[in-house]
Amino acid sequence: MIRIEDVTKRYPTGQAALKNLSLTVEKGEMVFVTGHSGAGKSTLLRLIALIERPTSGQVIVDGQNTRRVSRRRIPAYRRQIGMVFQDHRLLYDRPVFDNVALPLIIAGVAQREAGRRVRAALDQVSLLHKEKQLPETLSSGEQQRVGIARAIVSRPKLLIADEPTGNLDPDLSLEVMRIFRRFNEVGVTLLIASHDLALIDQLGCRRIPLVDGSLQEDDDEDVVAEYVEQLEAERARGELP
Amino acid sequence: MSRTADTLAPARRSGALSTWFALHLGTAVNALGRVARQPFASLMTILVIAVTLALPAVLHLAIKNAQAISGNWANALDFSVYLKKEVSEDDARQLAAIIDQRADVDQVVFISADEALREFREQSGFGEALDQLTSNPLPHTLVVRPGASSTAQSMILLNEELSNLPETEFVQSDTDWVKRFHAILDILERATAIGAVLLGAAILVIIGNTIRLDIQNRREEIEVTKLIGASNAFVRRPFLYTGFWYGLGGGLLALGLVAYGLYALEQPVARLSGLYNSSFSLLSLDLRESLSIVGAGVFLGLSGSWIAAARHMRRIEPR
Repeated sequence: MIRIEDVTKRYPTGQAALKNLSLTVEKGEMVFVTGHSGAGKSTLLRLIALIERPTSGQVIVDGQNTRRVSRRRIPAYRRQIGMVFQDHRLLYDRPVFDNVALPLIIAGVAQREAGRRVRAALDQVSLLHKEKQLPETLSSGEQQRVGIARAIVSRPKLLIADEPTGNLDPDLSLEVMRIFRRFNEVGVTLLIASHDLALIDQLGCRRIPLVDGSLQEDDDEDVVAEYVEQLEAERARGELP
Repeated sequence: MSRTADTLAPARRSGALSTWFALHLGTAVNALGRVARQPFASLMTILVIAVTLALPAVLHLAIKNAQAISGNWANALDFSVYLKKEVSEDDARQLAAIIDQRADVDQVVFISADEALREFREQSGFGEALDQLTSNPLPHTLVVRPGASSTAQSMILLNEELSNLPETEFVQSDTDWVKRFHAILDILERATAIGAVLLGAAILVIIGNTIRLDIQNRREEIEVTKLIGASNAFVRRPFLYTGFWYGLGGGLLALGLVAYGLYALEQPVARLSGLYNSSFSLLSLDLRESLSIVGAGVFLGLSGSWIAAARHMRRIEPR
């Protein structure tokens, strides 16, 4: 579904957010991109959403090389991908229903069909009863679920989410992840950037750990074990108290 | 549920046209709602547009009315036919009767040489000097008033025929200054057209600036909609409708301002034309002119917002 081939992204400041990164996400997978802030998680998602383009390398999404998607074709390209953001990015001047309907209106879906799909999407995030409310009147967790409903209302094959649980407490986070899990079960490919390692462990999904814009070779546990080993070695040598 | 994995091709199926129509209608109504939700700011913009549109309209009306009035004058102009010295008073009276028969002549007044001298003596103040004259130097004169249905063409013809009479010394008509007056009006009309173009440019700037502020205020919304796949055309549409409403509102209000102005002038004009025993009343804008003003407003509204959207929208890309 996603193939990243030797991608480097360098910002005008000269700082490289991604360095020769290569990875693959298969169709139907649910994968977490992990790493500290600044590790390049967001940059990776931004390249997939064509908010930015790589300095070098290829980003291939569902068989389309993003390099060949012209500026004019970007809107149509983005319509194939569902996106969820840490800060929800809802439109606060219109009710929940209109927010969720927006991708369908953009795609030109007939009104009745759109209404049906919006309600189906809201039902999946258990917010059907709040369709007429303004986003401001909802809790942060509910707002995030509105964002998710908006991302899935056009039935994308791929859903990318940047720290979707970043502002939520553990219970709400788990609920959001369960919703993602249900989409995954019906065939949606998900790529989620998160640093909530405990939560990810609970779900038991594949992880793509990034460190300084590159894939971390070892598993996290190994790193920790290595670090502990190193500390003990140093203590043994009397360099640490 | 397995349909979740279906591709979402841009859904242009049957009923695409009605969907498209519903989308435009929705956008238009939304834009109108936005305009209405800021009544003071919107009214200011619309008022500025209306005044700017009304200005050339008023000038145009003034010229149109001046043309209409001076058109009346042209028909009411008399010819003074000065006869040759050797024509006797009886012959002159006979000639007056003949000319009076003509279909294109309303009335002929005969002024004998003696009458003319008397009148001149009384009015000129040269009384004593004139007494020195041994004979009357003035000829008999016929004052010919053309018929009410005369056109400029028939007046020229009448003038020519009167000049060609064997008894005529020369014919004087006052149409020359009317022609000059019309030439001046033509120049004013052209100046108004040039002014209208400049004012139109001003409207473009006003609307463009309003839309630019609107775009800045809705930056976040534009970013989000672009992020979920809206094309530039989609993002631009509400702003074009906003410009459309401003232009339409401005055009209609301009008509209202002009109509009110005419209403306020109606009575004084009626009184004045009454003093001149004329039935003249002010001409107002006809349907074509009214439609052009509203059309100009709409056109300028759309163009102004288009320019602003094209200039500022491209710079707003999702971060």
